[in-house]
Amino acid sequence: MTQLQDNPNLAAAPKASMDPPAEPWWRFFTFSTDHKVIGIQYLVTTFFFYLVGGALATAVRAELATPEADFLGFERYNGAFTVHATIMIFLWIVPALVGGFGNYLVPLMIGARDMAFPKLNAVAFWMIPPTGILLLVSLLTEAPAAGWTSYPPLSLISGQLGEELWILSILLGGTSSILAGVNFFVTILKMRMPGMKLGDMPLFCWAMLATSVLTLIATPVLAGALILLSFDLLAGTAFFNPSGGGDPVVYQHMFWFYSHPAVYIMILPVFGMISEILPVHARKPIFAYKAIAYSSLAICFLGLIVWAHHMFTSGTPDWMRVFFMIATMAIAVPTGIKVFSWLATLWGGKIRLNSAMLFGMGFVSMFVIGGLSGIILSSVPLDVHVHDTYFVVAHLHYVLFGGSVFGIYAGLYHWFPKMTGRMMNEFWGRVHFVLTFVGFNICFLPMHKLGLMGMPRRVAQYDPQFADLNWISSVGAFILAISTLPFLVNAIYSWVAGPKAGDNPWQALSLEWTTTSPPPHQNFYGDPILLTGPYDYGLHSKETLDYFAAQLQTLRELSLMEAESSHS
Amino acid sequence: MQGSLAPDTLMVGHTQAHAAHAEHPDHRVFGVLVFLVAEACLFLGLFIAYLTYSLTAPVWPPEGTPERELLLPGINTLILISSSFVIHRAEPAIKANDVKGLRLWFALTALMGAIFLAGQIYEYSNLEFGLTTNLFASTFYVLTGFHGLHVAAGLLFILAVLWRSLKPGHYSAQHHFGVEAAELYWHFVDVVWIVLFILLYLL
Repeated sequence: MTQLQDNPNLAAAPKASMDPPAEPWWRFFTFSTDHKVIGIQYLVTTFFFYLVGGALATAVRAELATPEADFLGFERYNGAFTVHATIMIFLWIVPALVGGFGNYLVPLMIGARDMAFPKLNAVAFWMIPPTGILLLVSLLTEAPAAGWTSYPPLSLISGQLGEELWILSILLGGTSSILAGVNFFVTILKMRMPGMKLGDMPLFCWAMLATSVLTLIATPVLAGALILLSFDLLAGTAFFNPSGGGDPVVYQHMFWFYSHPAVYIMILPVFGMISEILPVHARKPIFAYKAIAYSSLAICFLGLIVWAHHMFTSGTPDWMRVFFMIATMAIAVPTGIKVFSWLATLWGGKIRLNSAMLFGMGFVSMFVIGGLSGIILSSVPLDVHVHDTYFVVAHLHYVLFGGSVFGIYAGLYHWFPKMTGRMMNEFWGRVHFVLTFVGFNICFLPMHKLGLMGMPRRVAQYDPQFADLNWISSVGAFILAISTLPFLVNAIYSWVAGPKAGDNPWQALSLEWTTTSPPPHQNFYGDPILLTGPYDYGLHSKETLDYFAAQLQTLRELSLMEAESSHS
Repeated sequence: MQGSLAPDTLMVGHTQAHAAHAEHPDHRVFGVLVFLVAEACLFLGLFIAYLTYSLTAPVWPPEGTPERELLLPGINTLILISSSFVIHRAEPAIKANDVKGLRLWFALTALMGAIFLAGQIYEYSNLEFGLTTNLFASTFYVLTGFHGLHVAAGLLFILAVLWRSLKPGHYSAQHHFGVEAAELYWHFVDVVWIVLFILLYLL
């Protein structure tokens, strides 16, 4: 390799400024086609909805603090838990992970200038605010009250206007999701920088590839179900109405054909982010790269053929129950491969216990609990007893909060310096972690016991024997509500006035850390170059790494000079 | 370019993003194919729902469903299938820089698509059952109507290509993504109809 530093032109030239251009704040309110702007638009918008959904959850837990329905009342309680779940799934976890982190990170990680279809990307984002507005308006009218599953015939008799607004909202959000899926599939397969094979990609990109396949195959089926449901609701057909010859179980099959894979849409990107974060902060190469990459694809495939385990009590025939039970349990294999690979990555590492790593390790431990209760639920004889009890509520929150949300927080702490160019406050990050971790477990751990005692879900009023555990759970929920405050203040303050991060505050090796923080509009000054593998921690001497850094700096300055001379 | 960057960086960004655009090939056709996979899953979901209804019902279509006439939908099917072959002629035409040929084949396809839609509206108005008569009637109207919407969208797509082809040089032997996309979409709509016709009229 020639010594670029010795280039005579460079020595003569004044040092070109390496400071990234300051993004004017209003740029985030425009129809920008820059994937980095869109990614941040997604993250901020969805975080707003997370707060709304969290407020609803707090109201639900306030209602459940006592056995009597004395806070919200029955009708408003049903609306509150329905909209809470819908917001958290369709307006927070899915768009934050796929739209937010996926958009921001995938092009940077594969050395692309942008997504394959930047305008389509912007269109997909701008469908999210109306999705949320429709849903929130439904709360103000006669709120949808049939749960986020909207099973008919309940959804057909519990308020037409609210239910139809709910359907329109999901159809819009689903369309946005499909468009994003097209974009990610094409981008990852076709836009990688020259020389980067699929097997050279960071694992987050593998996870996003699997996620986009799930989105493309499963989301349209939900759209089909909701269109039929709309006809039942508005036009008086009877697709799902037994009184007219229809079959509500057909809806359940179509709904879960999407909504089970949706669980993997909500967790695969987190698996990918954790596979990035753990090696950086443990200073070790990822353990079993290929096994983690292929297990994402295995989860993608298995995730598509297990949906009826949500329907063990829906009159599902025995042969089907056995098939879906075994297929569901088989998912523990690729998931276990990932978990053990993460543990092996941590093993013997020089672990930095910063906020990102705390949430990353919190994710692994909480997700394992959620995964194990999932195995319990996939067993037919147990499931018929705990179906629709608080055991299910406990399980799904360990997966979606202890899993997805912990993962999102880990990702936010890890990539905040790249996105904003500034560091977050470490002390308040740890306070945030402790509050979240403690509040989460106080809130959701007792629900396992409540479920085993037989407390049904989706009730505003319950037997007084459940009162003590419910009160503990509600205290946990209030701690969780408070836990968002240190994060919010920390993020806003750090974005404006945090210390400058520099290009690579974590000494990470994947491609997004080789450019400035925040990256320039075209992502990289000059062509992106792969100097190391994304996980080569501890494999290069300090001299080699310094040499790489010098090479990068030189390439950048050269490209800036070239650009200047071609315009002068 | 949003025009909101500082001027010097804008230029850097512009030249480099521009250069990068020339580097990579056009992925739009691949994108359309991926999108059509998602569309196919939408129809597959509806087909499987239909099959579930028809296979689990004791009598299908339910007793009392009026007989469906096959002549008109049969002719309609032939027209739609033929239109796929017609639109297929447009691609070699534009690849030989023959814009007139492109216009001819697209106009012919648009005409056949319009006849198909008109035939379907005529059939709707003469059927002896309505949307809510029974479960078969509901599935019939929703499936054919949903497909009809896709035909209408494809028709608009074709007309848009025709409109754009009036501008000299808009489509050329090298640049004719719109032509290819419209053709792919039209083939897709055609294949969906073949499955629908077999499900709803023949089985």
